Formats: sequence, structure tokens, C-alpha cells
Amino acid sequence: MTEMASTNHFLEVKQIESFYGQIQALNGVDLYIDKGEIVTLIGSNGAGKSTTLKSISGQVQPKKGTIHFEGKEIHKNQAHQTALLGIAQVPEGRRIFPRLTVRENLLVGAFAVKDKKAIADRMERVCGYFPRLKERMDQPGGTMSGGEQQMLAMGRALMMKPKLLMLDEPSMGLAPIIVQQIFDIIKELNKEGMTILLVEQNAYQALQIANRGYVIQTGNIVLEGKGSELMTNQLVREAYLA
Amino acid sequence: MLQHIIQLLPQVLVDGITLGFVYAVVAIGYTMVYGILELINFAHGDIFMTGAFIGSGFLFLFISLGLMSSLPALLVFLIVIILSAMITGGMGVAIERVAYRPLRKRNAPKLIALITSIGISFILEDLVRFIAEWKTGNYIVTAPSLFNHTFTIDIHSIMPFFNNAKFQSSFIVVLVVTIIMLIGLDLFVNKTKWGMAMRAVAQDRETASLMTINVNRVISVTFFVGSALGGATGVLFMLQYGTIDPYIGFILGIKAFTAAVLGGIGNIRGAMFGGLMLGLIEMFAAANLSTLTGGLFGSEYKDVFAFIILILVLIFKPEGLFGKATIEKV
Repeated sequence: MTEMASTNHFLEVKQIESFYGQIQALNGVDLYIDKGEIVTLIGSNGAGKSTTLKSISGQVQPKKGTIHFEGKEIHKNQAHQTALLGIAQVPEGRRIFPRLTVRENLLVGAFAVKDKKAIADRMERVCGYFPRLKERMDQPGGTMSGGEQQMLAMGRALMMKPKLLMLDEPSMGLAPIIVQQIFDIIKELNKEGMTILLVEQNAYQALQIANRGYVIQTGNIVLEGKGSELMTNQLVREAYLA
Repeated sequence: MLQHIIQLLPQVLVDGITLGFVYAVVAIGYTMVYGILELINFAHGDIFMTGAFIGSGFLFLFISLGLMSSLPALLVFLIVIILSAMITGGMGVAIERVAYRPLRKRNAPKLIALITSIGISFILEDLVRFIAEWKTGNYIVTAPSLFNHTFTIDIHSIMPFFNNAKFQSSFIVVLVVTIIMLIGLDLFVNKTKWGMAMRAVAQDRETASLMTINVNRVISVTFFVGSALGGATGVLFMLQYGTIDPYIGFILGIKAFTAAVLGGIGNIRGAMFGGLMLGLIEMFAAANLSTLTGGLFGSEYKDVFAFIILILVLIFKPEGLFGKATIEKV
């Protein structure tokens, strides 16, 4: 129970160290997110952005350190247990189920939901955000374009009705106009109350919509601050906004 | 020569379809597990064999309790096949838990799991042999028959170029039950929530777990369904062919696996088709090889014939008849 008292942030990551096989990818990462925030984690390739997300979602179990979500210890969870608590991760590269239809992809997101009416409501909401999906319901997910797949991946995560939505490089490989649409929807979701953790290489765009940001380098958080502050920070400007 | 082949065709069809449906259901067990774990579960053929022995065990038990004469054969059959399927299904789940899951947890190479499955296969064979010898004094068991009325399809009087085909009433039972199982499984996989979860896990296990799916539970369900179907097919085999021994699972397993590869491993409908095709080819070869080769090769070469077909298919279409050679977008 002392665990409960030690944290009062919505999500709190403390001193986690995670490994990929023998290689240490995180050397004690600290970060927190409060309810209703958009927080972004920026850094270059291989800095540990995805590993941080995977450690939170339970895909990678940290060897050291703690992660608490709404006061509950989650760093020993398996991925589906953490997901059931209300943390959804939109994985890097979208990871659509290629041979499931769009509808089935979305239904997988609502796997834990028993109430058919609730599922139908969520489906309708998701189609509200992404009208394109509605037209393609019965098409296999793998046949869609990159942008549509990103929408589907986000829609699938929203079917979980998460409390915390984590997005791993949602802009990767997409045309600027699509990136703009995706970021608009992220902002809209946040306005409706959803807490968001956004991992991006596209630092400029991410910092523009974020309340706060962290900069990660070789497995360490080297900088944190408000989005607007980071945007004007010398190091960030040189390394990520150049 | 052609005339002779045509004459035998009705009987070839009857026998080939029976055997083919048996292969088809067993092939599904291989293909489902492969689809999810990329594991060729060599123990699956022995689950089939164990089902046959459990089924005959129940029949002997019913006889000793004097239930056989008081209950209709069909009811006895249903009780026996359902009980046997439940038991073999449970065995499949237990085997996965004890033998495969610990390997997965430690990220053992897939080859290790494959070798483990061969080990499980030997354990099952010896265990069944031990129990059968202990209970009956012999490991080759002649099962009590339930459906042995013989029918003749009098096709000769309508189409004189055909000979008549004969079959036992168990043929109809095998046919009806396997078709029910195949349709039921197809509906389960394509129309239910757990079937969808199974397909999702097969396509991307990590992402499925991010979507609240308990992957281990889906794997357990897969093993239960595959093993229950395999065990039920063992019961059907026992009724149809009468004599069983602890090694029937080996060769039948290899052939069912072949059927799964023929249809494109991982593809359930492919496995069904592959099984049916293999059964038909095999029976065709058994009936006609001697005629076709002028007596050089007898029907005992039927397996070679079936495997040559397999090799030919794989040379020209390595992904199997229904396999997907698709490139997935990242």
C-alpha cells in the first residue's frame, strides 16, 4: 500500500531500466503524465522512445524501476492486463491485422467489451473521427493506404475507450496533408478529455500540440519542459528542429 | 485399362471421401497451431490416436456395464465421441501448458518446440501402449463395432460402366460428423469473437495483446479446439476401421500434415481441401496403381503416389494450393 501513496500523477514512470536481449535500451527513465495532458517524447532513432512506450504498455518488462497508472503498479503486468486498465498503444508502423477486415480490426480493439450496444456506439464514434473507415468496412486491412492504415490503427485503439492513448510515430511515412489530419484528430481527442503520450521524430509538429515534452537520448531523459519552452531550447533546435 | 479404372470409380470415391475427411479434420489441428505459433505440433497425430483409444475404452466400459443393449447405438456413439473429444481437448491444453508455454516464455528457438513435440508424441504412444497392454493384454486393440450394416449403392444398373460401391453404415456416420465438424470450425473461426481473436493472434501476436487479448488464453483455446477435433476423429477412425494400435497416429499424422501443407499451412480451408484431395488420391492409387503400371507396383505404393503429388504441387506452388504468398505492408 505504500506503493499507492508514492505517486499522485496519472501515469508515473520512475527510474526504469529496460533491455532488448542483452542490450540496455533505457538507463533509468523518469517521466510523468497528468490527466488531460498531451505529453510528447522526442528523440532520434534508437534513443529509446519506443522502448519507453513498450515498457509502459507491458510489451517489454523493465528490469528495474516502477511504473504506476492511477496509483496502480503496472510494470509487472502483461500487455493485455495493462491494456485492460485503459492504456492503449498505437504501435509503430501501425501493425494493422492485414487479413482481417477493417471492421474486424476495429472489433479486436473492443475484444474485452461484452455489451453489443457499447461496441456499436464506439464504432460509430470512431467512424465520426475517420469517415474513410466507414467506406471500407469490409475490405482487408492490409489493402489500405498508409494513411488509412494509420487511421485504422488509431480507430482500433479508440475502440478500447482508453484513458491514456499512446501513439508511436503516427506521422511516419505519411504525406504532410495526412499528417496534419492525424494531428488535428489528436488535438480533438485531447480537447474531449483524453490524455495522450505522443512519441515522434517529427519534433516540430509534436511540440506544437504538446503541453509538455521530454527529450530522450541514448536511454536517458536529457531535457524536459513545456512544449513552447522546448521549441525555443537551443539543444532541441539544433538536434531535432534543424 | 480405362474401363477398369472407371468401373472402380464409385468405390474409390466412397473410400477416398471417408479417408479424406479424416485427414481434413486432423490437418486442421496442425494448421491452426502452425498458424498461431509457427510450430509443427507433431504430437497432434498422437492426440488423434489417443482419441481412438479413449473412445474404444468407453465402448468397452459401456459393454461391461451392460449399457450397449439398452441404449440406441447412435446415442452411445454421441456420448462416446463427445466425452473423448473433451478429454483429448483437455490433453491438448495440458500439453501446451506443460511443454510449449515454458519454452515460449524463455524465447526458445522454434526448433526446440518442434523437438519437444516429437518427445510428447513418443510419450503419448508409450503411455497408450502401456495402458492398452495392461488392460487388454495386447496393444493392438479391436474395437467393438457400432455401425456395421453394409449397404450397396446399385449404380451399376443405372450406369453399367460403373461397378457397384459398398459401404458400411459407419461411413455415413464418419461423413456426417466430419462435415459437421468442418462447418462448425469454419463458422467458429470466421464468425465468432474467439475465432477472430485467434486470427488476430495468428497475424500479429504482439499487437493483439496490446488490444486486450490474452494471447495465452487464445493459444489454449486453439489447442483445445484442435485436439478435441483430432480426438473425435480418432473415435471415428476406430469405428470405421475397427483395429487400432498406438502407432496409427504417426503415419496418419504425417499424412494429415502433408494435407495441411498441400492446402497452404496456416490456412484452415486449405487444410480441409488438402485432406480431401489426399484421401481421394490415395484411394485412387490404391485401386489403380497395379492396373496403371501393368502389375509393376501394387496398391502398397499408394503413399508414394500421394507424396509425389505433394512434391509436384510444392515445386510449382511452394506456398501450397491456398497459401498466401503475399507481401505485407509495414
